[in-house]
Amino acid sequence: MFDRYLIDAGSLRNTGPADAPTGFAFDAKLGYYRGLGLSMVEKLDIALDGEPLPREAVRFDEGLGPLTLDEMETAYDRRWPFGTAATILVDRPGGFPAGEHELSLLQQLRVSYLPFPAVNTDKKSVSLAA
Amino acid sequence: MSGQIKRGVSLYSFQEEMFLGRMNVEGVVGFAASIGAAGIEILPEQNMPTFPHITDAQIGEWQDMLSHHGAHFTCYDMFLDTKLRKGELLSDEEQVESIKRDLTLCNRLGIRNMRVLIFVRPDILEKCVPYAEQMDVHMGVEVHAPWHLEHAWILRTVDVADRLGTQHLGILPDMGIFMKNYPPEFRARFERQGARPEVAQFIVDQHQQKIMCEYTIYEVAVKMGGNKAEVAMAETLRHAPYANPKRIKDYAPYFRHIQAKFYGMTEDCVDPAIAYDEVIPELVKCGWEGTLSSEYEGNRWIQDVEEVDSREQVRRQHVMFENLIAKAQSELEIV
Repeated sequence: MFDRYLIDAGSLRNTGPADAPTGFAFDAKLGYYRGLGLSMVEKLDIALDGEPLPREAVRFDEGLGPLTLDEMETAYDRRWPFGTAATILVDRPGGFPAGEHELSLLQQLRVSYLPFPAVNTDKKSVSLAA
Repeated sequence: MSGQIKRGVSLYSFQEEMFLGRMNVEGVVGFAASIGAAGIEILPEQNMPTFPHITDAQIGEWQDMLSHHGAHFTCYDMFLDTKLRKGELLSDEEQVESIKRDLTLCNRLGIRNMRVLIFVRPDILEKCVPYAEQMDVHMGVEVHAPWHLEHAWILRTVDVADRLGTQHLGILPDMGIFMKNYPPEFRARFERQGARPEVAQFIVDQHQQKIMCEYTIYEVAVKMGGNKAEVAMAETLRHAPYANPKRIKDYAPYFRHIQAKFYGMTEDCVDPAIAYDEVIPELVKCGWEGTLSSEYEGNRWIQDVEEVDSREQVRRQHVMFENLIAKAQSELEIV
């Protein structure tokens, strides 16, 4: 319902030392009409130019400190509120590659009343701010 | 005079603008009050960022804001995260506790209607009835397409309510169950995604004739060699029932609130899809006194081609409500 709005293209930045970045980060919203507990966010799949990045490289921070996706599975007391951007951090030596690249995000959610997992996807062509 | 049916809005209707940060809840409440739709349906898990931790001070701020605009709460939309943990469902006791948590917050907010998700088991709700009575909150199981008023799953809740003789368990219809015509917004979206106009027309015609959806899906997917958009369009028919509005009077004692679902209003304030022109006279005839609460869900069908304007859509729906209510009342007086 909100797929096209998930990735905030303007939020892309490198993380780690400026001269030797260790990864990149961007802001994203949850593609759902309500907030959801973090334990029900089953997947945050990130791909660069169609190339999936390893699950272990991804961390999530809604403002209370970064969690690995495995840690999120039992974060029963934390929520991703409706319409609120959280930070998605990706370990990638060298940071985000130079120039414009396609960044994609897939969110897979365990929604109680749906017979199947809810899947949201967004894909945007992004580059680091000069 | 507009009679005993009250008008309101669900904050769900403004999800596009609120998601994008273009409106906040106060903006919605002020708008709703300005069109005479002062009853506010809230989704705490959408509209209260600190949910489930809500302080008395926060509740006071909400009440002050509502009264400032001459608005009031009508309904609380609950959720039940049975899939909180990977690989196992919440136990029955945990489900009851979660519902009690919502009943408590509903009561603290001064709301007397709670929308219960349709998948919640009737036997779980039965266990919650004594607490709902104590909190004085009516638990209304959402009758949402593809279910309908007389679906056996819904009748199980009605049976429990009858057996217990309680006023605190019943149903809460979503008007999507009265989809008389296929929504033009759906069709246009599928055509933009590659559905051929003649196949789209075939699907619309099949729906118009109320042909059981599986025939149409097979025709489109197999016989017509339908593409992805065409098959997806045919599959929407699984969720497009047209329940009989004449049955409303039999179930009116079981509901106090209606989610007035719609996908788009024409410029002259007509809903081309949902049969409000048949539903509202039935509600008026049986003297129903609850709230028609706008639930606009058209945003997801048009956001790829146009700016969503939920306010204008909701405004048009309320013009239609006023007209249909007044007409039904005048016809009642003549008889």
